[in-house]
Amino acid sequence: MSAEEAPAQGATPGERIAIGISFGNSNSSIAVTSFDDKAEVIANEDGDRQIPTIISYVDGEEYNGQQAKQQLIRNYKNTVAYFRDYLGQDFKSIDPTHSHFSAHPKEHDSTIAFTIQDKEEGEPSTVTVSEIATRHLRRLKQSASDYTGKQVNSAVITIPTNFSEKQKAALTKAAADAGLEVLQLIHEPIAALLAYDARPESKVADKNVVVADLGGTRSDVAVIASRGGIYTILATAHDYEYAGVQLDKVLQDHFAKDFIKWHGTDPREDQRSMAKLKLESEATKKALSIGTNANFSVESLAEGADYASTINRLRYETIARKVLDGFNRLIEGVVEKAGLDVLEIDEVILSGGTSHTPKIAKNFAAIFPESTTILAPSTTPTAINPSELQARGAALQASLIQEYETEDIDQSTHPAVTTVKHLTNAVGVLSITGDESKGIFTPILSAETAVPARRTIHINVPKEGGDVLVKIVEGGSHIKVTKEEPAETNGNKDDSDEDSDDEPEERREKIWKVGKVLAEASVKDTKKGGKVEVMINVAGDLAVTVTAREVGAKGGVRGTLSAP
Amino acid sequence: MATHANVNLPLPVLPEGWSGEKDFKAIGSISAATQRSIEPVGPHFLAHARRARHKRTFSEDDRIQAQENAKKVEDDDSGEISEPEDPSMLLRDAKDWKQQDHYAVLGLSKYRYRATEDQIKRAHRKKVLKHHPDKRAAAGGTEDDSFFKCIQKATEVLLDPIKRRQFDSVDERADVEPPSKKAAKDGKYYKLWSATFKAEGRFSKVQPVPKFGDEKSTKEEVDAFYNFFYNFDSWRSFEYQDEDVPDDNENRDQKRHMERKNNNARKKKKTEDSARLRKLVDDAMAGDARIKQFRQEANASKNKKKLDKEQAERDAKEAKEKEKAKAEQDKKDAEEKAKIERESNKKNKEQAKAAVKKNRRVMKGSVKDANYFVEGEAPASAINAVLADVETIQGKIDADETAELADKLRDLKLAADIKKVWTAEAKRLVDASKIKASDIKTLA
Ligand SMILES: Nc1ncnc2c1ncn2[C@@H]1O[C@H](COP(=O)(O)OP(=O)(O)OP(=O)(O)O)[C@@H](O)[C@H]1O
Repeated sequence: MSAEEAPAQGATPGERIAIGISFGNSNSSIAVTSFDDKAEVIANEDGDRQIPTIISYVDGEEYNGQQAKQQLIRNYKNTVAYFRDYLGQDFKSIDPTHSHFSAHPKEHDSTIAFTIQDKEEGEPSTVTVSEIATRHLRRLKQSASDYTGKQVNSAVITIPTNFSEKQKAALTKAAADAGLEVLQLIHEPIAALLAYDARPESKVADKNVVVADLGGTRSDVAVIASRGGIYTILATAHDYEYAGVQLDKVLQDHFAKDFIKWHGTDPREDQRSMAKLKLESEATKKALSIGTNANFSVESLAEGADYASTINRLRYETIARKVLDGFNRLIEGVVEKAGLDVLEIDEVILSGGTSHTPKIAKNFAAIFPESTTILAPSTTPTAINPSELQARGAALQASLIQEYETEDIDQSTHPAVTTVKHLTNAVGVLSITGDESKGIFTPILSAETAVPARRTIHINVPKEGGDVLVKIVEGGSHIKVTKEEPAETNGNKDDSDEDSDDEPEERREKIWKVGKVLAEASVKDTKKGGKVEVMINVAGDLAVTVTAREVGAKGGVRGTLSAP
Repeated sequence: MATHANVNLPLPVLPEGWSGEKDFKAIGSISAATQRSIEPVGPHFLAHARRARHKRTFSEDDRIQAQENAKKVEDDDSGEISEPEDPSMLLRDAKDWKQQDHYAVLGLSKYRYRATEDQIKRAHRKKVLKHHPDKRAAAGGTEDDSFFKCIQKATEVLLDPIKRRQFDSVDERADVEPPSKKAAKDGKYYKLWSATFKAEGRFSKVQPVPKFGDEKSTKEEVDAFYNFFYNFDSWRSFEYQDEDVPDDNENRDQKRHMERKNNNARKKKKTEDSARLRKLVDDAMAGDARIKQFRQEANASKNKKKLDKEQAERDAKEAKEKEKAKAEQDKKDAEEKAKIERESNKKNKEQAKAAVKKNRRVMKGSVKDANYFVEGEAPASAINAVLADVETIQGKIDADETAELADKLRDLKLAADIKKVWTAEAKRLVDASKIKASDIKTLA
């Protein structure tokens, strides 16, 4: 270990140079924050912002990223890929599928290791997954240091929400061995959400967000209650069946079959041909995210025969339909698991490389109502590059906490601090009439808001002003389904046979049902056209303070409700 | 938060008579809450942490306690999907995938058509972890991957909604055989048939499917069940059992022939399946004690109606007869009464007549007593004139008036008094224009 890596745990807050790292099975990225607290994903020496999580050895020389990925063709045995999920696991519980075309993982001393020729001479070495991760992280750290001109020594790293304590510990150790103090491990979907929320134009709000992280080997979806900048994960799903590599496979099979027609051999049966097929299929797939046509071209694909073809996006979307439908069912399933309806989702953030695929965003837009914002490059021009969200979020978090003592960070992230009560129902006020069956409910605090919490609204008084009633109630949301007979062909008889599929349309809408009454207050003598400010403050023990006063007037009403 | 939302719908007017101490009424407390973990990320969390920590130091115990209280979001994969693997299954060749029990291969035998997509994915992952050929090879085993291919095939079929339906269509392992007559007799009729029809219900396009129910089911429920199953709309199809169609272009005719054959086979199987289900429903119905009971009840109620009707007719007849008898009796009574009345009327009349006669005598006596209103011996002409007037008046008054007049005259002795009464009476009658003034000669 070189001298510069030594102080991994020892750097004082003042000496820290921190970055954000997203460490995926397929790709990694690194991000830094600039002086104005903007996060930026930086390129490595090859100019890549998406750095393949691959380490390869040729004649004792170490390669990483894109260069290592190219080694999958000729030097796959000394190339280690798709290893992130092996960290901190025992051999029994890993899925080696994706490492099939690179160095194979093996059981070694109750951990996992690879046998690779990583030195110029001598016997191949057995290198543990922890050491491989260290080497990879060291390369990332080096790239970041080269870019910033300063010796990077600490990081916030993103992890899946289902990482176990053992996996976290293994990652922390691998990073420490690479000379990186892990300031904090944060969940991938939360990092993505933070990257969006940190934009100057975004407002602090109460919203339900779905983050769909569609990567190379896995798809992870989380439903998050975002309440005043506090994030709570309500449900997650992890899918290893539908992800980027399955889309690659669709193209592999498509071109392989075509190749067989011409040449009679199946390129999938030869390791090297398969490696070429895989790399080019992925490249073609990415090209189809931008253009409506893409080339596929490989020199000497199999048995010395070159192969070139093209495919258009429509054809691709047709042959990939099964995988694409899988994403739809996944996202619908997790919303349901969170006990929510698609009508209750305000934002869908598409994250991960596969989220560049236009059809996926289009499908999601069809699942959710128009009021839901689908944050993907093809649906929202201002969307952030889905491949960069996690590293950016990690860098933002790093800049927030790098000044803290390690002990402070530990204590702040302690479960005793993070485990808090969340409201079961929304709390709000009735408009128009104080009759619970007829009054219209407006939420002030949403369900799943972590307490303590405080929210304020301004609400109109009746036209004539006067004495008004502020009735504080709980509310629950319900989905009302109405079958709509297709509208009678009113007037225009000429186009009456247009869209005349006579299926009764189902209209679904979210409605509020008024629950328990919590309090009533009166605000006297309000002015014509005036407004009343209602503030609700829920304490950590669920005791409530309500204040109501006419905006601009002195005094007002204040009352408290005891904890349940 | 500094920001606030604006609500346009106005607040209600304060109801008449509302009062609260210092204008506030506490009514309830917030409903119970859920303990969850918030993510220790972002500027707002840091603010929360600063407030929550209060310079306290949390211990390992606090950690454990807090973690136990927080609602879990990640599923625990262990357990749930696990069943022993049949050694002979492990020797399967993926080429025979059509004959393979995909659910058993993934360890989902007890779930079958009920397995959720999530369960299938988890089951697949579990099997991959165990059977991936690279793992076996790394562990020094053979690189034989035939069972792994079975796993992949099973997953491919079960995760494809169309292929899965085709497989589920012919997955007879999910069938529940109808009970034998004997088994059904042992008091398990409802339980056994319920299971059979629950399994059959999986093919219904319309969900949910009505339940078979038990002896407590109402007639409506039982009727609904049988109606549903007699009109069963099934998605079951039989392409999974197609014979392979040659994939080469050379043998077009052969290909078309095979396709036609397959199509016909599918149709035939579909028809047979409908017939099979119909027979199943027939059988269940034939032995269904509830049906018999409902029929008996229906019959009983029909009989009862008949009896009721007859009774009603009898009652009506009786009532009619009673009425008739009563009418006759009434008539008789009335006649009787009328007769009595008539008789008593006659007597009254006679009495009245007698009274009138007597009164008239009094009247005539009065003028006689008054010596016909002349001094000395009354000449016949005067007597006649007075009596003529008396008779005129008598002729115009009825019995009561006669009695009244007689009463007035009865005890009078003086001629002047008598005359006064008579002239008053004559005047009364003239005033009532019962008689003309000229008719009265002497008593005016
Ligand atoms: N422009 C693009 N269009 C379509 N797919 C893309 C595009 N860019 C990257 N991908 C795909 O995204 C996947 C990689 O996603 P990402 O970089 O998020 O990986 P990761 O987080 O390491 O994933 P995992 O851990 O799931 O393997 C690859 O399958 C890649 O082909």
